[in-house]
Amino acid sequence: MYTWIWRHLPGGAPGKTLLSLMLVLAVCALLLFVVFPWIEPSLPFSDVTVDR
Amino acid sequence: MSAEPDTARWTWRPDVPAPSTGGAGRGRHRRAGELGRTVVRGIGQTLVTLGLVVLLFVVYEVWVTDLLTAQRQGQLSDELHHGWDDPTVAAPGGTPAPIDVAVGTPFAVLHVPRLSSDYSRVIVEGTAGEQLAQGPGHYVGTAMPGEQGNFAVAGHRVGRGSPFLDLDQLRPGDPIVVETAGWWFVYRVLGDRATGDFGGDPSGIPGQQVVRPSEVDVIAPTPDGAPDGPATGAYLTLTTCHPKYSARQRLIVHALLDGGPISKTAAPDGPAALSEG
Repeated sequence: MYTWIWRHLPGGAPGKTLLSLMLVLAVCALLLFVVFPWIEPSLPFSDVTVDR
Repeated sequence: MSAEPDTARWTWRPDVPAPSTGGAGRGRHRRAGELGRTVVRGIGQTLVTLGLVVLLFVVYEVWVTDLLTAQRQGQLSDELHHGWDDPTVAAPGGTPAPIDVAVGTPFAVLHVPRLSSDYSRVIVEGTAGEQLAQGPGHYVGTAMPGEQGNFAVAGHRVGRGSPFLDLDQLRPGDPIVVETAGWWFVYRVLGDRATGDFGGDPSGIPGQQVVRPSEVDVIAPTPDGAPDGPATGAYLTLTTCHPKYSARQRLIVHALLDGGPISKTAAPDGPAALSEG
């Protein structure tokens, strides 16, 4: 997978490195600000209230 | 140590075909080998990626939510103090006016000197995830600060600013101060102050207990009483998850109002109890 991405990124080694970094950051941001807040309510360990 | 013959025996070379294999067979074998390696490498990379995603989730849960909540607490504090300073709202009279707020609205500030001398968290109305993500949340329908009954507040133990992380550090007699628009209310953790025994309170209500998540009696008008029973005093109850990083049980702290409400005109900087601990 990573080999495939690396092969398909345009530019030489410096350009590929820069693009890879940006891709990694974009994926992290997507996870932190979209995916995790979305799945968090369905996980049990944020329960702090007493209820029936 | 001449181990060469031994190690050579363990070297497995699937890609080296037997010399007797024909040309076409060799190509097929090589393609199959490459395909196998690609699949195995793909699985390996996927697993490593999933591991990194889980690690990132831990980072999110423990640190990133703290940043988001701290930012929101700052906004809530500004909003609250702006409303409190509003001259169109009547100045506090002889007794505290009843508080009636919509779900999601900030209405009080919680101070716990034992946890930190500048510990203050804005309490919002409601205990759904949306409210608790902003700060401690007041159980809808329970008493308001200073009222007879049980002023019950839930808060996160880990993440989301971890407002109740060290709730287990509270000792009998420790002050828990609640600040509203015009008043201060000083509650004190129940229990025997001399021995530090949470169960030693004359009321029979423990200052601290660990209960199952379904035990809603802890936020009854009289803690551990009937859910619709009479109030026997002005209590404060804090609930959070227990043990840390788990939701198996709930850590509960009960406190009782100590003295009457203190007007902010009489004590603008707060009661003496604020500098205890």
